[in-house]
Amino acid sequence: MLLELKDVHVHYGKIEALKGVSLEVGEGEIVSLIGGNGAGKTTTLKTISGLRSCSAGSVFFEGADIGSMPGHRRVLAGIGQAPEGRGIFPGMSVHENLLMGAYARKDDHTKELAEAYELFPRLAERRTQAAGTMSGGEQQMLAIGRALLSKPKVLLLDEPSMGLAPMLVQQIFSIIEEINRRGTTILLVEQNAQQALRLAHRAYVLETGRIVRSAPASELLDDPQVRAAYLGGDVGGDPGAAAAASGPESVALSKPAKGGPAKGEPAKGEPAKGEAEPADDAEPDGADAPDGE
Amino acid sequence: MSDNTNKTANTAGLRGALSGPLEAVRTHWDRAPGWERWAVYVLLVIGALFLPYQGLAPAMSPESDWQTILFYPIGIYVLLALGLNVVIGYAGMLDLGYVAFWAIGAYTMATMAVKHGIGFWPLLPCGIVLAAVSGVILGAPTLRLRGDYLAIVTLGFGEIVRKVAENTDWLGGTRGVNNIPHPPSHEGVWFLGVDLFTYKIRDARPYYYLLVALIILVVIFSKRLEASRIGRSWTAIREDEDAAEIMGVPTFKFKLLSFATGAAIGGSAGVVFAAKTSYVAPANFPFLLSATILAAVVLGGAGNIPGVIVGAFLVAWLPERFRGLADYRDLAFGAILVAMMIFRPEGLIPSRQRKAEMAEGGGGMGHMGAEIDTSGSEAEVGSR
Ligand SMILES: Nc1ncnc2c1ncn2[C@@H]1O[C@H](COP(=O)(O)OP(=O)(O)O)[C@@H](O)[C@H]1O
Ligand SMILES: [Mg+2]
Repeated sequence: MLLELKDVHVHYGKIEALKGVSLEVGEGEIVSLIGGNGAGKTTTLKTISGLRSCSAGSVFFEGADIGSMPGHRRVLAGIGQAPEGRGIFPGMSVHENLLMGAYARKDDHTKELAEAYELFPRLAERRTQAAGTMSGGEQQMLAIGRALLSKPKVLLLDEPSMGLAPMLVQQIFSIIEEINRRGTTILLVEQNAQQALRLAHRAYVLETGRIVRSAPASELLDDPQVRAAYLGGDVGGDPGAAAAASGPESVALSKPAKGGPAKGEPAKGEPAKGEAEPADDAEPDGADAPDGE
Repeated sequence: MSDNTNKTANTAGLRGALSGPLEAVRTHWDRAPGWERWAVYVLLVIGALFLPYQGLAPAMSPESDWQTILFYPIGIYVLLALGLNVVIGYAGMLDLGYVAFWAIGAYTMATMAVKHGIGFWPLLPCGIVLAAVSGVILGAPTLRLRGDYLAIVTLGFGEIVRKVAENTDWLGGTRGVNNIPHPPSHEGVWFLGVDLFTYKIRDARPYYYLLVALIILVVIFSKRLEASRIGRSWTAIREDEDAAEIMGVPTFKFKLLSFATGAAIGGSAGVVFAAKTSYVAPANFPFLLSATILAAVVLGGAGNIPGVIVGAFLVAWLPERFRGLADYRDLAFGAILVAMMIFRPEGLIPSRQRKAEMAEGGGGMGHMGAEIDTSGSEAEVGSR
């Protein structure tokens, strides 16, 4: 395995954002991590790239435990990231942003620079423009292009479709596919599960800090519960309701954007150790909602 | 409602009017050939050298001695603002206790010279190093904090340094240290009617020229830093610290470096200040002064050296110029600051880059935001 998380716990102060996440990404794969708002997707990526440290568990990269390696070293090890909200440097030009991607490298980066411009011709047109003045889609391209300049072995993408028009999402996703075809492993985090699952080989479903499902992407794409919870599915109104109503052995695909922990007190209602059936959590939400299926 | 829109339009118009000609000069400057730039630099230095000319005094400061205020507050403020600029302007960290490093430099000069008879010239590097070391000591545990938290800790540090000075007998307590020796004199080197290296009580000009020399050095040093890999790391940290880290920038190390560099510059100002006034006391280093230097940097245009110098000059000079207005001058000064922040929040002469950062909504202050829950705003973006 190229990248492996083993029972990773991450805390923000007292809030436990990840409650034992284990996942694997093999060389050459596109693995997708889907989940609602506040599920812990970003936290997972930050833990991999070293912006947050785990309170328990470990992160392995190419077989080595990188848990204590600072973030800026992980870039050199081969972990590249296009962070949530793009994280471009607004005052720098497009070109300067791309060069920042190669900051840590001592070797020649002309090939990767040319490749970034080739993948995103739009960036070449905007070379000297201040990155902060570009549109959201262009900024996303820049964030991905910049990550490529570090010549990553695994590329972590945090919601690349966020806030973009459908057309652009298509475009970005096909470029992601192309990047993978050229040999870069990809861990793709998405709320836009439909698109992500079409692209990915395998996927994990993350829910309030736990992996609740792991399967080949195509399988999840056809799964009624996943469809209901994350694909806007066949349910008009409240997708959470449908998930909760759909049977006892359900894997608690219960917390889409609306009812998610992001808004109020994050993860407050979560019992500390007792491990109540996660599906129970959803009951109050779903009790009075119409059946979707 | 319509009244409101009107106001906004007015503000925008005024802003445009202010920035128009300046923008033209800026564009010209960016394309100016090397010789033209050098010519301007030389002219500026010559201007600084002629500044103490007594003929300017009636216009510049009718109420107080022009040559004295050129040293303090003007020259000292400029040097301090340049130092704080490295921290705020380059690395984007809000330091509200900057005056502490100035105090450390001043007290180094005061105690070492008075108690151990060490001279000014050996003490200048000592004060610089000591201030830098205190910067590291303060920075190492605190620079993992961000934004407002860092501001509060530095504010505390400034107060602690002052309180320690007040309560340590060895440092003279509240009465401070007297009879600090001046730098050694070498008489007979005349320049523009000034006995250049004669450091006595009477003539403030030799001290002023000493400051000018330091300021020139600091400007060159800052410029070189700005253009270096270090400068680029600072820019990245200021614009997005997390992104910088995942690009491979050792953010903590570079933040510490920025803090220590700023502190060192503050320390140098302290040594010179103590040697000139021959008297330092805790009252010289109030929090208000940290705030004033911060105002100078922000007013002038954080991150841009000409802006910072102009800002510091104005902040130091205007209150002296309008001493006649007595207490009203503080009111006027406050009003000017407020007006500036409304009409030109990026500062008088901002750096281009900063402007772009502000346009993006970062506030041009780097990511001052502390670790906050971003998932709320994410929901907004996602639903658009
Ligand atoms: N900086 C932070 N401070 C405190 N809590 C946070 C912070 N960032 C995220 N969280 C909490 O951690 C949980 C997971 O957040 P996040 O990883 O951003 O989720 P996602 O990316 O899936 O939307 C949420 O409950 C969120 O409120
Ligand atoms: Mg997220």
